[in-house]
Amino acid sequence: MKVLVCLSQVPDTTTKVKFIDNSKILDTNGIQWVINPWDELSLTRALELKDDASTGIKSVTVAHVGLAGSEPTIRKALAIGADEAVRINAEPQDAFYVATQLAEVIRKENYDLVLCGIESSDHNGSAVGGMIAEILDLPSVSAVSGIHINGGQILMSREIDGGRETVTVGSPFVAIVQKGIAKEPRIAAMRGIMMARSKPIRVINPVPSDSYTGVAGFELPTPRGACRFVDPENPKQLIDLLQNEAKVI
Amino acid sequence: MSVLVYAENWDGKFKKSTFELVSFASGVAEMMKSACIVFCVGSIERNELEKLGRYGAGRIIHGTGGNLDVFDSQVYTRIIADAAIKEGATVVILSNNNSGKTLAPRLSVRLKAGLGSGVSRLPLSINPFTVYKRAYSGNAFSHLTIKTDVRIITLAQNSFELIEKNNGGTIEEISIPLDSSLVKTQVKDVQKQTGKILLTDADVVVSGGRGMKSPDNWGPLVELAGLLGAATACSRPVSDEGWRGHEEHTGQTGKIIAPNLYIAIGISGATQHLAGVSSSKYIVAINSDKDAPVFEAAQYGIVGDAMKVLPKLVQAVKEIRAK
Repeated sequence: MKVLVCLSQVPDTTTKVKFIDNSKILDTNGIQWVINPWDELSLTRALELKDDASTGIKSVTVAHVGLAGSEPTIRKALAIGADEAVRINAEPQDAFYVATQLAEVIRKENYDLVLCGIESSDHNGSAVGGMIAEILDLPSVSAVSGIHINGGQILMSREIDGGRETVTVGSPFVAIVQKGIAKEPRIAAMRGIMMARSKPIRVINPVPSDSYTGVAGFELPTPRGACRFVDPENPKQLIDLLQNEAKVI
Repeated sequence: MSVLVYAENWDGKFKKSTFELVSFASGVAEMMKSACIVFCVGSIERNELEKLGRYGAGRIIHGTGGNLDVFDSQVYTRIIADAAIKEGATVVILSNNNSGKTLAPRLSVRLKAGLGSGVSRLPLSINPFTVYKRAYSGNAFSHLTIKTDVRIITLAQNSFELIEKNNGGTIEEISIPLDSSLVKTQVKDVQKQTGKILLTDADVVVSGGRGMKSPDNWGPLVELAGLLGAATACSRPVSDEGWRGHEEHTGQTGKIIAPNLYIAIGISGATQHLAGVSSSKYIVAINSDKDAPVFEAAQYGIVGDAMKVLPKLVQAVKEIRAK
């Protein structure tokens, strides 16, 4: 079984974002780039499954759409334990453009299981995984918070409103994963970092594709007013404020 | 031309979030000078369907038959895409919940329609079609321009007010063809949580962090939530430690919520946590550290040990409720 994990690169999640050029583009000055948190969890789970020989997973490949500047992020994925990487050498235009590029890789290389994070922490589009599946006419399962392989069958738990379902679909398919899929992201060990240096990153050219959306600008949330403190000995005052001033209870 | 909104149902019932969605769609339709059509499928009684008409639906199309029992992403995508094409929809609107997130990107490809997800206001403009959506996990908002002739929008939950309006609301019944070869998803097991208020539906949320000190200390927090008719939530360390289930985790990588009131107890308020709750209308923080960042996001605060403040708060609510 061959597994592909789609990776996006995002600013470190503690970044206080700022925008430049009339609030049109992100100020990348001083930003630390990391693997999108959900993609990192997907990769972790893929590697955990591969570690268990009974799953029959032979390889875990990571794929990323980005220019050469994102190679450190790809190397990190290799250091964590991915076997190889594919970088589609293009600036990501929008979700549809990225999905088109990744779908092309999947079409050519026959992966049995494709893992995508449920969203990226920058554009929060929740788009690429589902788009890949529709482009390739493959089944997709979204909101996946657990994957197990039992006798060759891939079982997933997916979150539904007010509960959880265990589902299976035939391979190949796209699993769109969320929190819970792996406990904590796997961290690269020194040995992994050394080995990553010699692992292959295949660089391929993008296929022509449209983009459907574009960002016209950004804005920052309006700051809230100062916090009003209530005496800890008199929490009744808080209830009174919530009832009569905020009118929320 | 029309604006088509997909209204999901839960055991034949709609929720407040459905009516928010229809109110929003009706607002978009007004901006587009076109009709608002609600599309829903499955077994739904007539009096429930009629409720959709109160929030500006011009027509309500109710489909039955089809392979609807299992939520299969491909089957549902086809059904909604067919309806959108038949009705000449130029905007298709879904909720940004689990099923909306599943279907919207597939519909985007199928209908060659750009997707704006997690939208929290009416479009900023129609030409170009620009929506206001969450970006950088709540630390910013983007103005996203959708360049295609058809657009897909998912509406962030709890982000739009109910607006009552009568635009006709005629109900039409259609039947959806059955083809079981299309269904790829097999459900092996279902675990339902019953009797609990869903975090994403709740108007009030009471949430605990590491300041709760131990999984055994949750009693008064749950009691407070019960008294307020609130859902319970927690911070990431709490769910990582297994003190509470990960379905309660709110924050950047967990659930993104926007209740009217969010009470953060023993939560310091890391950027990643606040990103998940910053759209709440009111935030109350209870924390022993007066410099905790959570107080910067809160309108009301109490500096104090959660274990000492909580029982007093429970008592205060009880006394006020008793009056």
